[in-house]
Amino acid sequence: MRIAVVTAGLSNPSSTRVLADELAAATRRRLGGAVEVDVIELREHAHALVDNLLAGFPNAALKHAIEQVGSADGLIAVTPIFTASYNALFKAFFDVLDKDAIVGLPVLIGATGGSERHSLALDHALRPLFGYLRAVVVPTGVYAASADFGARGGDTAGLAVRIERAADEFAALIRADLRKPLDDPYADVVPFEALLNNAG
Amino acid sequence: MQFGIFSVGDVTPDPTTGHEPTEHERIKAMVTIARKAEEVGLDVFATGEHHNPPFVPSSPTTMLGYVAAKTDRLILSTSTTLITTNDPVKIAEDFAMLQHIADGRVDLMMGRGNTGPVYPWFGQDIRQGIPLAIENYALLHRLWREDVVDWQGKFRTPLQGFTSTPRPLDDVPPFVWHGSIRSPEIAEQAAYYGDGFFANNIFWPVGHFQRLIELYRRRFEHYGHGTAEQAIVGLGGQVFMRKNSQDAIREFRPYFDNAPVYGHGPSLEDFMAQTPLTVGSPQQVIERTLEFRDYFGDYQRQLFLMDHAGLPLKTVLEQLDLLGEEVVPVLRKEFAALRAPGVPDAPTHASLKATRELVTS
Repeated sequence: MRIAVVTAGLSNPSSTRVLADELAAATRRRLGGAVEVDVIELREHAHALVDNLLAGFPNAALKHAIEQVGSADGLIAVTPIFTASYNALFKAFFDVLDKDAIVGLPVLIGATGGSERHSLALDHALRPLFGYLRAVVVPTGVYAASADFGARGGDTAGLAVRIERAADEFAALIRADLRKPLDDPYADVVPFEALLNNAG
Repeated sequence: MQFGIFSVGDVTPDPTTGHEPTEHERIKAMVTIARKAEEVGLDVFATGEHHNPPFVPSSPTTMLGYVAAKTDRLILSTSTTLITTNDPVKIAEDFAMLQHIADGRVDLMMGRGNTGPVYPWFGQDIRQGIPLAIENYALLHRLWREDVVDWQGKFRTPLQGFTSTPRPLDDVPPFVWHGSIRSPEIAEQAAYYGDGFFANNIFWPVGHFQRLIELYRRRFEHYGHGTAEQAIVGLGGQVFMRKNSQDAIREFRPYFDNAPVYGHGPSLEDFMAQTPLTVGSPQQVIERTLEFRDYFGDYQRQLFLMDHAGLPLKTVLEQLDLLGEEVVPVLRKEFAALRAPGVPDAPTHASLKATRELVTS
């Protein structure tokens, strides 16, 4: 079993990566030791993503990352919230995925931000994006503000509870294994007579 | 094996001088380039078809008819002819006429075009792109093979007792290639008819085209036209050469960096590593082109893109000298030596006529 983690944090170390790692660890605790985790730091693919948008195809490293996501049993996708939404790096990665690449894939969404005021970005920005891609997003999204990471007056227990609840839902969805294999249009060709009947 | 050039027909300012040719200059340059192709010993000149600026070739058979009059050997072709938005009746007529004018030195490549707005300009809808390509070609195929056609379909008015004139030269329809960069349906269509399949691989990595060409070959055999190895494959290529490879890179880089299709994106070095683009010495172009055979098998037609991104005519003509004098003669020899027994050449009017006479006698 394999989980892909896509994290769009820009700094290093990044609180977005910290949240992604915690979500992955909580998921792993539920699914057992055989789970592999592939972490894709989008920062490492930043130039390649723009090149892909302009040239129409990914370089080898980005292609590998795209394939890791497409072939995973579950995806943890975490972004910092910039200007009321996911950041451009996060969007660029999902823009270059084939529209069918993650159909039916269980997705756990997470986001980070300076204050709690942007937590609904999970539901008005990330959830519709994955809806378009026909992925299956778990009900609990996890938002972590600076306060959740232990700032004065913060309630770190609340974040831990949300992480555990989201991981419960995510692990259950992965175990259910509802994803259908994708058609391969180059292997399973539509016979010409069918194309002709459809046209004529 | 056939070697030639294909042109997009873009009007692009030269990024090193800012000079932008007029449409007239560009059209005349394309004709000069076509004539040069014959002069340096190439086999094929193919023009694109576009109906929007900054492209000039909206009327391919007009241009090719003129080139026919100015050349003796060159095969005149397209890259591509829009089977989606052109009336198949007009394609049948125009290219049969060109065949007569050019004494058979004509084939053409079907394509769907990739610009959404062009469809409604011609009364069509891009969402019907594949069905249009399938239906229109089915009609075109009949118009060249049946003297009188009754026909009804979804996309144009029915035909009753229609005869497309002139009839194809010697009753031999022009050979057809189907061009595609991603659609398995078009590979299937080419295989069904036993037509050629042209994979314009210049902008995308090799792995993608291996799958597309493998599909075409497998289905060509399925439909009984020969073995998979005998299927008729054409490939694109994109090169810029100087004797010294560093000179080639230095001179081409500003054209690459500002090119309309991929400019301001990947570096020249990345793009060369990932696509067939080769900027270097003639020897490097020879080695890279020979690799295509390793990826795709024996193939029949190699077309190079030489005149684009604002390269001045003088430079393009120099490139054609290098291609014709230093690259293609070596490629002809090497490819011929490597070719597996039983793999045919690309059909020409003469070969199709001979086959027809064999069948009817």
